[in-house]
Amino acid sequence: MNFKGTVNIPRDEIKGLVERFGGLWNGYTWIDQTTYLETAGRDALDQLLFIEAERMANGLYEPEDCESERTVIISELQGGENDPDQLLEQELTATAFRAHTYRHPTIGWLPDLKSMTRDDLYDHYRRYYVPNNATLVVAGDVDTDDVLKRVEKTFGAIAPGPDLTRLTVAEPPQLGERRVVIERPGTTAYLKAAWHAPAATDPEFFPMLVLDAILTGAKGANLWSSFRGLPPQRKSRLYTALVDRSLASSVTGMMLPTAEPFLYTISLTAMQGVALRTLEDALVEQIDRVRSEGVTDEEVARARRQLRARFVFENDSVTNIAHQLGYFETVAGAGYFSELPSRVERVTTSQVSDVARRRLSPAARTVGWFQPIEGRP
Amino acid sequence: MTTTITRGLSPVRTVIDNGAVVIVQETKTTAAVTINATVRAGGVHESEALPGVAYLTSRVLDRGTASRTADLIAEELDDRGVALRLFPTRHTTAVTCTCLAEDFEDVLAIVLDVIRNPVFPEEEVAKRRAEVLTALRQDADNPAVRSTDVLFEMLYGASHPYGRPAKGTPGGVEGMTRDNLVAFHRERFQPASLSLAIVGQVDGHHALECATRQLNGWSGHALTEPPLPKAASGAIREQRRVEIPGKAQSDIAYGFVAIDRLDPKFYAYFVMNNILGQFGLGGRLADNIRERQGMAYYAFSAFDPSIGPGPLMIRAGVDPANVERTIAAIDHEVGTLGSGGPTAQELAQSQQYLIGSLPRTLETNAGIAHFLQNAEIFGLGLDYDQRLPERIRAVTMDEVTAAASEVLHPERAVIAIAGPPAAESVSQV
Repeated sequence: MNFKGTVNIPRDEIKGLVERFGGLWNGYTWIDQTTYLETAGRDALDQLLFIEAERMANGLYEPEDCESERTVIISELQGGENDPDQLLEQELTATAFRAHTYRHPTIGWLPDLKSMTRDDLYDHYRRYYVPNNATLVVAGDVDTDDVLKRVEKTFGAIAPGPDLTRLTVAEPPQLGERRVVIERPGTTAYLKAAWHAPAATDPEFFPMLVLDAILTGAKGANLWSSFRGLPPQRKSRLYTALVDRSLASSVTGMMLPTAEPFLYTISLTAMQGVALRTLEDALVEQIDRVRSEGVTDEEVARARRQLRARFVFENDSVTNIAHQLGYFETVAGAGYFSELPSRVERVTTSQVSDVARRRLSPAARTVGWFQPIEGRP
Repeated sequence: MTTTITRGLSPVRTVIDNGAVVIVQETKTTAAVTINATVRAGGVHESEALPGVAYLTSRVLDRGTASRTADLIAEELDDRGVALRLFPTRHTTAVTCTCLAEDFEDVLAIVLDVIRNPVFPEEEVAKRRAEVLTALRQDADNPAVRSTDVLFEMLYGASHPYGRPAKGTPGGVEGMTRDNLVAFHRERFQPASLSLAIVGQVDGHHALECATRQLNGWSGHALTEPPLPKAASGAIREQRRVEIPGKAQSDIAYGFVAIDRLDPKFYAYFVMNNILGQFGLGGRLADNIRERQGMAYYAFSAFDPSIGPGPLMIRAGVDPANVERTIAAIDHEVGTLGSGGPTAQELAQSQQYLIGSLPRTLETNAGIAHFLQNAEIFGLGLDYDQRLPERIRAVTMDEVTAAASEVLHPERAVIAIAGPPAAESVSQV
C-alpha cells in the first residue's frame, strides 16, 4: 500500500518519480523489518528523500486501492504456493514455533488476507511508520554534511509516534522432534530440517554462521543479494555426503541474522528415485557425526576464509552497502555491521563444535517432507 | 564512492594469436575481481539428435581436468570462497565467478583450465546427468517454466534451437554419453570461440599479461556459426494449455517473434518494450493487470533479441479464474500500443529511464563484465557504453510507433498457459 499515492504524490504520478533519474526502486517485508530501496543518479537525492518522507507520513490508503492490492497480494501468495519448496518452508516454520510470531509467514495467511480491513492496514501504518522506528541510510557519491541538511529539511517536521516496544514472546524450549508432511501432486520430493537458532546479537550467532559454512558453504550475510546463486560448497560436509553421493540434487543452509532467535534450516531436493526416508537418514547421520565428533581446525579456517570473501563480494554496490547498513542497524543495532568480519575471525573450533552439539539435537529438530503424490501429474 | 561509469568505461582489449579475445577493465570499488569467460558453445551448436548436450556439458565441465581432479578443483575454489557459475544460453556458455583480488591469478588459472582441459570423468557424467533429470522433473511441475517452454516451442518450432528447452528432454538426457560431451567440447570450446572479460581491482596490464600467458600454447580450429532455421509461428493466433495439478496459480506466457540484436530497429524495440511492460512496475501491462484490475503480482514484458530474431514475451501469474480476463487485458494493451503507438510523455520517460539506468547497470564488476561480453558478442565496440545513451536518445516517436505496429498484433499472438486443470479450484489450496 505504500506505493499507492500520498497526500503530495498523486497515485498516477508515482510511476516515473524515480525512473526519470534512471533509478530502480523496490521494497520487501520480512520477519523483523520492512525495507524500501531506491538507487538512482546523485541528482535524484532530493527526490528520493521526498518520496521516503511522503511514504513515512502521508500515505493515503484509499479504500479502493486496498481492495485492488488485496488481490495482488493473494496472487503473490498463490505464486509462492506454486513452489513446493516455498510451501514446505512456510509449513515447517509454522510447525517449529508454538508461541513466537515468527511462526506466521510474512505475507500472511490466506483467510487473514481476505478479511483484513483498510483500517487494520492504516492502524499498522500509523503505528510503525514513524521516525522513531525507522533508519534512513544514504550511500553513494554524496557529501555527508550536505545529505544531513537535506534530510533534516525533508524529515525534520515529521512528528515522532508513541514509543514502540517490541512485542516480546519467548518461544518455550522444544521438548521433542516435530514433523510436518505435505502430500500433494508434484514431481519432486523435498526435505527440510530446522533447529532453533541464536539471534544476531547472541554470541553464538557467529559459531553458527561458521558451522553453516562447514555444512553447506558460506553464503555471507546479505538477505537482499547473497542468497541468489550457489555458495562455494563442494567441499562442504552435506554437499559431499548427500549431493555428491547422488541422494540429493541440491543442499542449502540458511543461518540468517534476525532480531530474535529464528531457525537454522537445511533444505534438500531429493534426487529422482531417492526416498525421503533414505535422504533423512543420511542427513541425520551427518548431523549426528558433527555433534559427536565436532569440526576440524581446517574446516573452520576454510569457513572463515569463505566468509571473509563473501563479506567483500556482497558489498559491491551502493544498493548492497545501504541495505546492509540499514538491515543490521534494525535487527542488531549500531556498530554491529562493521564488526561482522572481525567477529567471524575470532570464532574458534571448539565454539563451533559446541554449538553443533548443543543446538542441533534431535529433540529440538523440526523435519518437513514434501512428498509428491505418486502418479500425478 | 565513484563508480567507474562516472568516467566511462575504458577497457583494454587484445586478440591473442590463437584467436582468443581478452578484455580487461580496472575498477576500484571493491577488493575483488570478476572473471567472465564466454565461449560460443550453446544450444544452437547442438545437433538435433542431442538436445541439451550444451547444458550437460556445462554441468560436468568443472568436474575434473587433465591436471586437476574434481576434488582438487572443489578444494581450490572453496578455500577462496569462490563458486563457479556455468551458464549455458542459446549461443554461448559462460563460466563466471568473483574472487578476492589477491586470488585473481590462481582463480583465472582454474577457470581457463576448466575451459581448455576438462576430462569429463564417467562417474561425474553419471552424477550430473541424474541431477539434470531431477531438474527436468522440477521444471515439469513449475507453471512459470512450463508456460515459457511451451511458448518458445510454439513460437519457433520444437526442432528450432530457440524452441527447445535448454536442459533437453528426459529421454535425450538419459541416453547422453561421455563421448557426446567430449565431442561437443572438442568442437566448440576453441580459442577462437573464447572471449575472456576480467573486471575489478587488478592492474590492467598485469591481468592482460596473466591471461595471455595462460592462453598461449592453446591451438585450435576455425569455427563457423550454423544457420538458424526460420521460426515456425507468424500468421495466426495460437493458444495452448498445460495442466499441472495442485497449483494455486496459472502462469501465462504470451509472445511474438521479434527481431535480432543487430537489426537497425533494435533501439526502437528496446524503448517500445520498456513502455509496454517494463517502466515502473511493468509498463502499460502492469498498470492494467496489476494496478487497475488487481489480478497479478507480476505482469511484464521481456525483449530478448539475439543472433537470430528473439522473442518479445509477456508474462503474468494469475488466479486460474482470471486467465481469460488477463489475456483480454494483454490483448487490449498489445493492440492499443500496436495500433496507436506511445504518447510523447511515455516515450520521453522511457528514454530518460533507459539512459539514466546505465550507470546502475555498470555499478558492479559482474555488471560491467556482462556488458562488455554482450558488446563483444555483437561487435558493438569498446566505447559502446558511451554511445548507447545517444542511440537511445535518437529514437523517434515514428520509429517506436512503427516497431509497435510491426510486432504487436493480438491476432498473431502465441499464448501458453500452465496451471491447474479447470476443475480444480483455488479453495483446495
